[in-house]
Amino acid sequence: MKLLVCISKTPETTAKISFTEDNTAFSKEGVQFIMNPYDEWFALVRAIELKEKHGGTVTVINVGTPDNDIVIRKALAIGADDAVRVNADPASANFTAHQVAHYAQDKDFDIIFAGKETIDFNGSLVGPMVAELLDLPFFSYASHLEVEGDTKTITCDVEGGIEVLECSAPCVISATKGLAQQRIPNMRGIMMAKRKPLEVVEPVDVSETEKITHLAHPEGKSGVKMVDPENMEELVRLLHEEAKVI
Amino acid sequence: MSLLVFVETANKNYKKTAFEAVYFGSKLSEDCHVLTVGNHDNIPTLGQYGAKHIHVANADEAAQSDNQWLSKVIADKASELDAETVVLAHTAIGRAVAGRVAIRLKAATVTGVAGMPEGKNFQKQLFGGKAIATYTSLASTTVMTLMGNTVKPEASEAGAEITVFTPEALSPAVKVVSVNKVEGTVPLPEAELVVSAGRGMKGPENWSIIEELADALGATTACSRPVADTGWRPHHEHVGQTGIAIRPNLYIAIGISGAIQHLAGVNNSKVIVVINKDPEAPFFKAADYGVLGDLFDVVPRLTEAVRNFKS
Ligand SMILES: Cc1cc2nc3c(=O)[nH]c(=O)nc-3n(C[C@H](O)[C@H](O)[C@H](O)COP(=O)(O)OP(=O)(O)OC[C@H]3O[C@@H](n4cnc5c(N)ncnc54)[C@H](O)[C@@H]3O)c2cc1C
Ligand SMILES: Nc1ncnc2c1ncn2[C@@H]1O[C@H](COP(=O)(O)O)[C@@H](O)[C@H]1O
Repeated sequence: MKLLVCISKTPETTAKISFTEDNTAFSKEGVQFIMNPYDEWFALVRAIELKEKHGGTVTVINVGTPDNDIVIRKALAIGADDAVRVNADPASANFTAHQVAHYAQDKDFDIIFAGKETIDFNGSLVGPMVAELLDLPFFSYASHLEVEGDTKTITCDVEGGIEVLECSAPCVISATKGLAQQRIPNMRGIMMAKRKPLEVVEPVDVSETEKITHLAHPEGKSGVKMVDPENMEELVRLLHEEAKVI
Repeated sequence: MSLLVFVETANKNYKKTAFEAVYFGSKLSEDCHVLTVGNHDNIPTLGQYGAKHIHVANADEAAQSDNQWLSKVIADKASELDAETVVLAHTAIGRAVAGRVAIRLKAATVTGVAGMPEGKNFQKQLFGGKAIATYTSLASTTVMTLMGNTVKPEASEAGAEITVFTPEALSPAVKVVSVNKVEGTVPLPEAELVVSAGRGMKGPENWSIIEELADALGATTACSRPVADTGWRPHHEHVGQTGIAIRPNLYIAIGISGAIQHLAGVNNSKVIVVINKDPEAPFFKAADYGVLGDLFDVVPRLTEAVRNFKS
């Protein structure tokens, strides 16, 4: 099987968020970056498991600047065979999707994996956009995936349950919890990763469709009102009369 | 300028998120068109929430699972109407088609819009609520998904003009094997009241007090990640950064410390109640109401008080 995994770099989950001076971008100062958890824990690991079972290759692709190589090397250390970095600071999901689709269009991947969403932009967009650009079926929020011959059986999370779908064509799948178990790279993996190929390609032109023009912090809570643990009637009264939620 | 809303059909009916999307669309444009799949008796209700024209794609409801097909149907209708905005609910289907439709229309896309747009400016939260971003559309069309609970739809007596059309046939690439949904309770992403519990519960055998409280309130249950990871509760209950993000009117957190990754999934709840025995628990800082005490005493007492209030 020929597999492609889209990986992105995001601020670490506890990062304190601040903005650049004009409030139009996240400030990178003092922020630790990681591989987006959905990409690392679920998409990448499931791709590697499929390769281990059925043979083939796992390529990872990232659209990003040279400082992303550390995240890409980690993906190689976990078990991807080779990597591609499209050398650009991605302006939007639309931009990223065009780069991934351009790279993948003539390479006959059986499955292209993305994560459910990036934990910073929460877009859930790159996967379906790549699928549309390549005219492939897309499966969102896959929590289970089995492959037998050409047939992929995919369990997708939907509101309040699951949907099991089958597809025999090449497809794009976005990974969510359940698809695989996180793997920690071992020493041998880390050593091998240094020698694995990391190709750098230049981006194709994409016209901008939207941009962030302002960022702000949400208003915080005005403070907690403590209620006597012996007096739950009071809490019910507050929820009813003051908060008006019950 | 015309606007197109796609609403998901669920068992020949619509969910709250569908009415919200229609209502939102009708507030944004006088010329509010709605697209729905499958012909059935509940279609006219969409008119009561603000649809002016309803376009019924004459196909099986199950076809909605094929987002490749659905995106084409939506994009074709949007082009035909020259729609300036395409509104989808922020559901699994909505998110799966938003990007596809945007590519087809060369449109701007903003997922998770959480307020009324101003002109070409759309607001959404980023980083699980740690920031609020304004996206400005640079394209002639914008495709957006609407967060649940952003508007409160009001029904009127209005009616809509209904047109049935036959869309292109399904591509055979995707086959639906089975659909398995939890019956009875409101799914977590749609719930208005949520009772959630964490590791403070000590073990799965103690969950009956959580279920009783949820039952008394008519709430849906949720849990923290370690609780789902250790199998105390099913995965679909896991909320937070790596679980699902929810936005109910009331979120009651019981025996949950309030780690930042947990808060990322719940801090948009309108009202948060925290029950914890540790005064230093970070969750109190994100709460509206706090109860400092042992959950094994407090929760049954709260259930009792809710029952008395309801009767
Ligand atoms: C990348 C990443 C992603 C993550 N994503 C998520 C996520 O999506 N969702 C999530 O929930 N977590 C997530 N986590 C884990 C998160 O950091 C916390 O570890 C987790 O939320 C803690 O769960 P908890 O509050 O149930 O348990 P604990 O932190 O152990 O808290 C238990 C609480 O119960 C209280 N308590 C104990 N006994 C009682 C009692 N008798 N009465 C009252 N109170 C009591 C304690 O005071 C304590 O505050 C993530 C972590 C990482 C690193
Ligand atoms: N810069 C990027 N390079 C490669 N893949 C990306 C990039 N950004 C996002 N992705 C992929 O797209 C998924 C969804 O991202 P998003 O649409 O931003 O929520 C991520 O989980 C990644 O798999």
